[in-house]
Amino acid sequence: MQWADIGIVLGARRHGETSAVVELMTRQHGRHLGLVRGGSGTRQKPVLQVGNLVSAMWRARLDEHLGYYLIEGLDLRAASYLPMAHALYGLNHLAALCRLLPERDSHPAVFDLLEHTVAHLGDPSLAAALVARFELELLAELGFGLDLGSCAATGRTAELVYVSPRSGRAVSREAGEPWRDKLFALPAFLGADAPESQSGAPSPAELRDAFALTGFFLARHVYEPRGESLPDQRHHFIAAAVGGK
Amino acid sequence: MPTAVAGPEIERLIQLLARLPGLGPRSARRAALALIKKREQLMAPLSAALQIAMERSSICRVCGNIDTSDPCTVCTDERRDPSVIVVVEDVADLWALERAQVVNARYHVLGGILSPLDGVGPDDLSIDALVKRAHAPEVKEVILALNATVDGQTTAHYITDLIGHANVKVTRLAYGVPVGGELDYLDEGTLAAAIRSRTPL
Repeated sequence: MQWADIGIVLGARRHGETSAVVELMTRQHGRHLGLVRGGSGTRQKPVLQVGNLVSAMWRARLDEHLGYYLIEGLDLRAASYLPMAHALYGLNHLAALCRLLPERDSHPAVFDLLEHTVAHLGDPSLAAALVARFELELLAELGFGLDLGSCAATGRTAELVYVSPRSGRAVSREAGEPWRDKLFALPAFLGADAPESQSGAPSPAELRDAFALTGFFLARHVYEPRGESLPDQRHHFIAAAVGGK
Repeated sequence: MPTAVAGPEIERLIQLLARLPGLGPRSARRAALALIKKREQLMAPLSAALQIAMERSSICRVCGNIDTSDPCTVCTDERRDPSVIVVVEDVADLWALERAQVVNARYHVLGGILSPLDGVGPDDLSIDALVKRAHAPEVKEVILALNATVDGQTTAHYITDLIGHANVKVTRLAYGVPVGGELDYLDEGTLAAAIRSRTPL
């Protein structure tokens, strides 16, 4: 068995004295592990940092084997994020989110968004907006997508400013006004019709609303059924990128 | 299947030696043979040294260093500057800095770094003790001498957040080109970090 793909490093665990078991989020082959000979050495270690974009060649005798990776760095951006607290917390959080996906299950949309998000982690407010979008995309990939395209009550597609915590569907301003205290605010940048490149970064209040929304559904659908709470690195990322706990 | 060529006691010695870092089954066999051949000059003193080290070595309750006294010789050395604490991941890092003789300060051994992949969280490390030490009035600077990896620097930022309220200067080691490093052999990440951390001449 053999394939070649591009991937983003999610983690590397030392194996023996010189090798490492490396976890990549690849474009075509999903989250995939493999052994890198010499992966704990000084030559390979800088390449195997979380967040780096690499080209990977995977080989194994049988498909179910762990297999071996031959890895070459394409964009070693992790080094430039070392002085930035929000970027490092973000990398750890994104890697942890990717680990929620089943192994060897292709998710090209998740890969593309992950690549875009990791590439822009340097700017705190842009990074926060992209991470919130990534959480939303991940919920959808896990089968718990929110329906933010039309109002749950009226079917309208304009002025969608709330989300129902019960149904996970958008609610328009008019229909949601009487229950506004019980609904989540839907920031414009997360809406279904949000432009790809929004002019101006979202405000800290919008970002906090976005993380409150995605955090609620991540906790309810993903973490609580596993007996876990939202991970610490998510709190640290939000505090570092948006401010406030 | 290879057959044992020596008695079970010697095979046991080889098996135990093979568990040491840097030794595989072949080199463990060679080490065992060397020990047996030099019974009086090597094996007996090594055995006695191992016994004494096992009985007397302990972890320093102040800094986490390994020594035969508690507090350790580093913590009790009055010639060291008590206003500076160097934070390291492991005792091996402390020994490396001591070998280099570049800092005459006290240390704090975390006992690892934050690693979500390995399930290592703040409660698994000696971070609370460090925060307490950083708040001592005599401490003026905390040097975070942690690895230049994502996990190492995440730990550094986490500690910085925790001791930000203490009246201490928090510093970290520089990133960049190692001594003897040739630019065309360095990875792009190290070069980028080195350019960003450039200093005026």
